Amino acid sequence: MSMHDAVAAFVRDGDTVVIEGFTHLICFAAGHEIIRQGRRDLTLCRLTPDLIYDQMIAAGCAKKLVFSWAGNPGAGSLFAFRRAVEGKSPSIEIEEYSHFGMVARFSAGAARLPFWPLRDYAGTDLPSVNPQIRSVTCPYTGETLATVPALNPDVTIVHAQRADAQGNAQIWGLVGVQKEAAFASRHVIVVVEELVDESVVRADPNRTVVPGMIVDAVVVEPWGAHPSYAQGYYDRDNDFYVSWEAISRDPEKLARYLDEFVYGVSDRASYLAAHPGLQDRLRAASRIAPGVNYGF
Amino acid sequence: MASEYTPNEIMAVTAARALTNGDVVFVGIGLPNLACNLARATHAPDLVLIYESGAVGAVPERLPVSIGDPALVTGCLMVASMADVFQYMLQNGRIGVGFLGAAQIDRWGNINTTVIGDYATPTVRLPGSGGAAEIAAHARRTIVIAKLGPRTFPASVDFITSPGQRYHGNRRSAPSLPGAGPVMVITDMGILEADAETGELELTALYPGVTADAFSQGVGWPLRVRSSLRDVAPPTQPELDLLRRTLDPRKLFLK
Repeated sequence: MSMHDAVAAFVRDGDTVVIEGFTHLICFAAGHEIIRQGRRDLTLCRLTPDLIYDQMIAAGCAKKLVFSWAGNPGAGSLFAFRRAVEGKSPSIEIEEYSHFGMVARFSAGAARLPFWPLRDYAGTDLPSVNPQIRSVTCPYTGETLATVPALNPDVTIVHAQRADAQGNAQIWGLVGVQKEAAFASRHVIVVVEELVDESVVRADPNRTVVPGMIVDAVVVEPWGAHPSYAQGYYDRDNDFYVSWEAISRDPEKLARYLDEFVYGVSDRASYLAAHPGLQDRLRAASRIAPGVNYGF
Repeated sequence: MASEYTPNEIMAVTAARALTNGDVVFVGIGLPNLACNLARATHAPDLVLIYESGAVGAVPERLPVSIGDPALVTGCLMVASMADVFQYMLQNGRIGVGFLGAAQIDRWGNINTTVIGDYATPTVRLPGSGGAAEIAAHARRTIVIAKLGPRTFPASVDFITSPGQRYHGNRRSAPSLPGAGPVMVITDMGILEADAETGELELTALYPGVTADAFSQGVGWPLRVRSSLRDVAPPTQPELDLLRRTLDPRKLFLK
């Protein structure tokens, strides 16, 4: 399925949408397509909103942000997010946790439990600004534990290095919280660098993070995670993350960026064509892991 | 002895010296990462570096720019999911030392990385907790790195993101807060440490050429000075060479 068709089919106005990936495998291609199709009133959830949600907030897609760390990793601020929260542009609702709290919300959602207990939040002011962070008394020890509610998104978009046509998706390198987010979700879109034969998946099943049985659409989109990265395929574009500081600080520059690289291109292939030299600059060096014996 | 070094250099060196060989460290990007890799290259070769992104036993061949840098994965001992990192590493009690930064840190070691001003109508919106709230709860000890200044070190923070030694009048205690919390703050003029009884941060060590009076100008409360006040030895030439030539040659974090 094309990215255009996958987003058209599974991302609706008002949906709760997750594009996960902790620094690694963040599907910018999907975020850009959601912007191009003009989706509105989305509840965007991610541990780290990153540049992609900053762009989606700037483009007017977001009604609400659910998150745990809203910065530009290694570089500074997300200024479209800050303007919306600091009252300098149309505001968005926020619902804020810690990383562990967000991970626990996805874990509860994936297990179809109503909440997840964690030993956390004592002494912090987070529960005072987020009534969804509550507590429970352990029926065995009497200890008071924090709880967070299940998060069950309408759609989760997972970028993976490879999958077969059924969406059996294999990821190596940082795996973040993608498995939990995918299982928690009503719909799952898998986006891959490479489509492989089912036999490639079956030859190394321990590497499968998302099974095809929970996947609604498979999109083949090489370099779809740029400026994020795909281990073994391309490096993170740290220079772009640093340059986002100046782009996102200035609403006019940000609008020009969206005009040129999101609205101004039709898909990821034309995005890449608009970035000459990018692939040579960021293509990963080779560090092959030897295989193992799955025989019996 | 080297005569010339920057504040960031002596902070990184001081943080490295605070680590013990064999410590399991939850590493942050920037100065904590430099400190951990400096310690690994000098007195603590068996330090285990864990990044919240999931890289366990990382041996980065280049300076990681983000906490999820692909170089943290290449050659590491284990890639853990984030659910495993927070539940089986941190909540399980496996982390000996956690490093945190702070936009504000108060007299009791409470840390704010959420907002300056009111939460609903902030003057400055900061990134938020990330993993900091649980690091301060669960790491056996937490070390904070922050430059002195009355705005960074107020008597009380605008918002408690990560719990210190005493918050809203309560002294921290197990089981809700199993770790010791922020027990050491490494600044650009010397070191603050939490008093074991009261939990109050007090001045325990000064960098070369710094007086207790000058230091106390940088905090927003009447600073207690421990009677056993120490002098921090300046960075050695080998420490500076490692930082400048090997660990951060482009001066991304040392500047």
